[in-house]
Amino acid sequence: MITLGHLLALAAVLFCISVAGIFINRKNMIVLLMAIELMLLAVNLNFIAFSRFLGDVHGQVFVFFILTVAAAESAIGLAILVVLFRNRSTINVGEIDALKG
Amino acid sequence: MTFQLIAFYVIATAAVASALAVITVRNPVHAALLLVLTFFSTACVWLLAEAEFLAIALVLVYVGAVMVLFLFVVMMLDIKIAPMREGFARYLPVGIVVGIVMVLEMLAVVGVRRIDQPLPAADPALAAGVSNTEWIGRAMFTDYLFPFELAAVVLTVAIIAAIALTLRRRPGTKHQDASRQVQVRAEDRIRIVRMAPERREGGAR
Repeated sequence: MITLGHLLALAAVLFCISVAGIFINRKNMIVLLMAIELMLLAVNLNFIAFSRFLGDVHGQVFVFFILTVAAAESAIGLAILVVLFRNRSTINVGEIDALKG
Repeated sequence: MTFQLIAFYVIATAAVASALAVITVRNPVHAALLLVLTFFSTACVWLLAEAEFLAIALVLVYVGAVMVLFLFVVMMLDIKIAPMREGFARYLPVGIVVGIVMVLEMLAVVGVRRIDQPLPAADPALAAGVSNTEWIGRAMFTDYLFPFELAAVVLTVAIIAAIALTLRRRPGTKHQDASRQVQVRAEDRIRIVRMAPERREGGAR
């Protein structure tokens, strides 16, 4: 039988892969966005595992809302990316320093 | 080892391997396609955890819409890959160390005490006498009705924001202005002149 630990371990591994992806791909904004999507996926897996474990529907409803917000986030993120590329002709994170942060 | 557990291990291996490939491949198009594989494998894990509605929703929303959007943007932008890769080798050890430390910490927190707790044998939705979709739907349209409407508003705002950000009018291009087209009235285009009928000089009659 699948235990709760199996699902939580898979979610933890996926989450850490996406964190490592943010570290090693810090110049490429598209892969950064993909890593964020992967992170949300790992969190959703945790919600589903506990929803199944506790027999509680609220975890699955939350996953539904997270999917909604993640879809909106990626749509706006990619739109910003397109505008950025149009104005600066690059999406290299190292060259995006207009705000002098 | 049951068939379910074997299936879980195979699918989880596919998910982890494709996630590792997503963050290491050179080409962003390949990364997007491998991310599709990751999402699909995770949807299979959700099916094993008996969250059928969300597994199908994940495939429809992510594989069907979001990843197509990613591919569309990646192919539309003319990206030079070489400058993106600078620092890859430099940050690789840091990334690996942070990833391994984090995964060990998380496994230590969640794994030690809970690894032997099996999921309840009965599907909670079936135990309540309904299907998984109906189970979620009943909660969503009663307790979560207001957040559900808010989610719709969030999606609308996202649509409008994405369109408003990327819309541009380049000067010199030919395009139709719909609002001006609808506002056209006949009086602006033709002028009707009243005049007395004239007999043609030297007519056939």
